[in-house]
Amino acid sequence: MRYFLLIYALVVGIVVAIAGCRGSLSRKPPIEVFPDMDRQLKLRPQQPNGFFPNGISSQPPVPGTIRRSLPIQTLSGPVYPFEDAPVNTGRWPGVTNFVELNPLAVSGALLRRGQERFGIYCAPCHGPAGDGNGVTRKLGMAVVANLHDPRIVEMPDGEIFHVISHGRNLMQGYAAQIPVEDRWAIVAYVRVLQRSWLGSLEDLPLHLRQSLERQP
Amino acid sequence: MNRLPLMILVGLLLVGGGVVAGVWYYFTPKYTRVGYQPLQPVAFSHKVHVDQLGLDCRYCHHDVERAWFSNIPASSTCMNCHNQVLKDDPRLALVRESVATGRPIPWVQVHKVPDYVYFNHAVHVNRGVSCVECHGRVDQMDEVYHAKPLSMAFCLDCHRDPASFLRPLDKVTDLAWRWSVDPAEHARQQRTQGRWLMEHWRVESLQNCSACHR
Repeated sequence: MRYFLLIYALVVGIVVAIAGCRGSLSRKPPIEVFPDMDRQLKLRPQQPNGFFPNGISSQPPVPGTIRRSLPIQTLSGPVYPFEDAPVNTGRWPGVTNFVELNPLAVSGALLRRGQERFGIYCAPCHGPAGDGNGVTRKLGMAVVANLHDPRIVEMPDGEIFHVISHGRNLMQGYAAQIPVEDRWAIVAYVRVLQRSWLGSLEDLPLHLRQSLERQP
Repeated sequence: MNRLPLMILVGLLLVGGGVVAGVWYYFTPKYTRVGYQPLQPVAFSHKVHVDQLGLDCRYCHHDVERAWFSNIPASSTCMNCHNQVLKDDPRLALVRESVATGRPIPWVQVHKVPDYVYFNHAVHVNRGVSCVECHGRVDQMDEVYHAKPLSMAFCLDCHRDPASFLRPLDKVTDLAWRWSVDPAEHARQQRTQGRWLMEHWRVESLQNCSACHR
């Protein structure tokens, strides 16, 4: 019995020594106790795949591909993503002139959406107030546009949309990251930010003005 | 008196108990998956980008609200900043090469559900289930590791009682967020507010097989 207990303790000790405890960090891939059908012969996004010469399972769409989608509701009616319309390009159809005004109906919901999206995608560089003092300024991004610059305040909405989509100077385009409607929401919110700097006390409703004036 | 039968009995109990304890402890995703921390081709630190710089999860994983799959960002997303920040840093050589050639960076997948599980990221994050519930405090990780078991029991813990996990939509990507700094107050708020959110969004406690297995 003594030998049995000794061997028993030894086996437990060896198992614990080899297997360790739950949650310890390991470079080795997870052990699959029952791997049945865990990996099936189907493609999942962004996984390597030897079938195609470039080894990618999520093949980029062929140039000119039109994605299937619902139309965007604009002020001048529904527009599909493949149409040459201001909401898709920021320009008047057939010419290079940018549209002056946001083609979406600007509502409180759109502005709140724009504020949230601005915080995610724009604020890291342009700063939460849009003055170009984002967190990247300290890290060596020297030239970040101040959105309150008269040059940008005077830009048509369509041009701001175009810059978000395709970038300008050192800024890269965000068309892949931000859907069209969100880009217009951001354009609307950029106007809110600019207005907040350009406005005067007289622009405020009376009760808000008083609360500001009371402060030293 | 013959002590042999007693000794055999004790021995069998010990061996049986040991095997059961071993299987209980080790044959579970709590052991097999948690802690998996593969070596990634680029030393990307979530802690630096999220915790120190304050980037939102969705800056890179921008499809998480629209698709079942939470995308790994394209290398060009890195270049939004790194075309100027750490422009010639050797640690980013692979990223620059990937952008130049179009060959993807061979990131190693950390979190994977079996192919017979149809998990949809969009429906979860759009109904107040935070990233942190399944992925842990990624904002505190220099190197990402598997923090939660992602076993079926783990999914069911939440599916049986969604109210204990739901939070306001604008806090979904705020991994450190609590209803209150006080743990008791947090738990109380989670109960009442969670139940309210569940009714408000009509979140169902889905427990039928085909909710996840199709």
